[in-house]
Amino acid sequence: MQKPTNSPFSIFNSQLITFIRKEFYHVFRDSKTLLMLFGLPIIMITLFGFALTNEIKNSRIVICDNAKDKASQRIITQLEASKYFEIEKTLWSHTQIEDAFRSGRIKLVVVFPANFYYELMHLKKAQIQILADASDPNTATTLTSYVSTIVSDYQKELMQDNKFPYQIIPVTRMLYNPELKGATNFVPGVISLVLMLICVMMTSVSIVREKEKGTMEILLVSPMNPFLVIIAKAVPYFILSLINLTVILVMSVYLLDLPLNGNIGLLYFESSLFIITALSLGLLISNSTDSQQTAMLISLMGMLIPTMLFTGFLYPLENMPLPLRIIANIVPSKWYYIIVKSIMIKGLGFSAIWKESLILCFMTFFLLMVSVRKFKIRLE
Amino acid sequence: MDVFLNNIRKTYNKGSIIAVDDVSFGVERGELFGLIGPDGAGKTSIFRMLTTLLLPDSGNGSVTGFDIVKDYKKIRNTVGYMPGKFSLYQDLSVEENLTFFATIFNTTVKANYDLIKDIYIQIEPFKNRRAGNLSGGMKQKLALCCALIHRPTVLFLDEPTTGVDTVSRKEFWEMLKRLKQEGITILVSTPYMDEATLCERIALMQNGKILSVDTPNNITGQYQSALYAIKATDMSGLLKELRNNELIKSCYSFGEYHHISLKGENADNHSKLIASLERNGHSEIECKKIDATIEDCFINLMENKTTS
Repeated sequence: MQKPTNSPFSIFNSQLITFIRKEFYHVFRDSKTLLMLFGLPIIMITLFGFALTNEIKNSRIVICDNAKDKASQRIITQLEASKYFEIEKTLWSHTQIEDAFRSGRIKLVVVFPANFYYELMHLKKAQIQILADASDPNTATTLTSYVSTIVSDYQKELMQDNKFPYQIIPVTRMLYNPELKGATNFVPGVISLVLMLICVMMTSVSIVREKEKGTMEILLVSPMNPFLVIIAKAVPYFILSLINLTVILVMSVYLLDLPLNGNIGLLYFESSLFIITALSLGLLISNSTDSQQTAMLISLMGMLIPTMLFTGFLYPLENMPLPLRIIANIVPSKWYYIIVKSIMIKGLGFSAIWKESLILCFMTFFLLMVSVRKFKIRLE
Repeated sequence: MDVFLNNIRKTYNKGSIIAVDDVSFGVERGELFGLIGPDGAGKTSIFRMLTTLLLPDSGNGSVTGFDIVKDYKKIRNTVGYMPGKFSLYQDLSVEENLTFFATIFNTTVKANYDLIKDIYIQIEPFKNRRAGNLSGGMKQKLALCCALIHRPTVLFLDEPTTGVDTVSRKEFWEMLKRLKQEGITILVSTPYMDEATLCERIALMQNGKILSVDTPNNITGQYQSALYAIKATDMSGLLKELRNNELIKSCYSFGEYHHISLKGENADNHSKLIASLERNGHSEIECKKIDATIEDCFINLMENKTTS
């Protein structure tokens, strides 16, 4: 046998690098994998993004103008001018409003109290009630904020002629969903969903493919350390996932006008942690299955559904029964979702998310231990 | 002994399927050894145990002095293995596959190029082609190159010629002979009996058991009864009649002839048989005495096993 001339360290490296390069060949030469890898996130972001904007245009809102004075008329004209609303003016009682919400015909109701202008002028303070159907939280939040903006514009208008500030206080009530799930929630959700799906599915399928095609037999009967095989499998998908994350972030900031309030370095650091969690899960699946189809099915069914249900971006976790809330705790994307929201939307630092990060660390450690123990150095 | 198996037994499905049943044999250093037997005989299981991919249920074995259970890492460092299924990366080119396996085995293509040169120059014109687009024969050549690239001391080839055309099969055996001269011990398995004579020694296998281990010449030489090849116009009718004839010890179709062996050593039996066949309306009967092939011996051994 030919004795290696290089030092063991460089041999270790060249084996790994060659293997990683081979993995990249697999990815870039398979159009289906490429489509999955980069098509899926782009499609999801675009779908979510445009579904959202379509929803808000021409929403039917009802205005109950009990005041019918100068101030209320002015605000109503502004609302009518907006392209987002289709206005219906009636005088409804609260029960009528309730019924209209239940039938789903209207999205939002603005109620002006009687003596609106009078109170504003004399008490320097008036209330306006905004009721929104928050069973569709994204729409409700967006519509409410539009109305509030229009109201505060009017407030500024008044301020110009008077030194004393007039205060119009929009009293907002979110019906059916008091937790106030915002429109910005879905991007962190999509990020966790996409990373979860791609990392788990791609790693599990790529290792199982070696078993199915018989190349694992040759790799096992070689001097290469089996754990090096695992590392070499994980590295390309780790890099590709980070690229994916960048694509999603760029799209959501520039296409969907989402804020990126927190530290981007921290976001990437936490994302790397989550990607490693997902990769370990993929390894575990690949060590427990023998065919690409089974691996694909387990990844899809086992990851997609819990991620959608228990992450909290489609269905608020707070409204779930206790057993489901407990189950949600073992879904890694739940914790990552909280982290991304805290960094991206709230702009918080590491001190606010260290608990979630620690949970992800423990999960990764546990998954890695189990998959290493389950890794077969033989065929059975 | 370079490769050595002692009372190896292997079962699947918790013992319900016996794949290898009490098998023992040894292979000398530099020998070209063949495992011959039909599908399901247990050839692949033996190869996988020798290459440390499977653990035997009982028995022990060694490859170049290393125990197949305990020293699996050392065996994996030294042997070359070519599985029965084409197991290279179909989406990588010929050259990429070769370089990949060279690196995995801690070596370079350049370092051992002289060993694979004769084989590699045949596929070199296609070195940029994806392995998946190669013909069956070329795939085998590439797989052999990849299995040889680290200059293994023992080479395991599991059914290397299955699904390969006749010309490529012939070439493949030529290559094996050349490799033997390099001092590499070669274990090869094949379901084709005609390839048995190309090995130095063979083990005939059936249902997980070894029927015989010897040189091909010794095995054919041990065939005891006289063997005839017989042909007539109505071949299927002839076979049916021969089976019911009391002079016949065994009979089976073999290419364009039926091979028969007669009971007893009486020379009259032969002419008696021809006469009775002619009486029963068979025409253009051609019957000649032949030397036994490996396949005849295999069938003979198999029948002895079932009757005993």
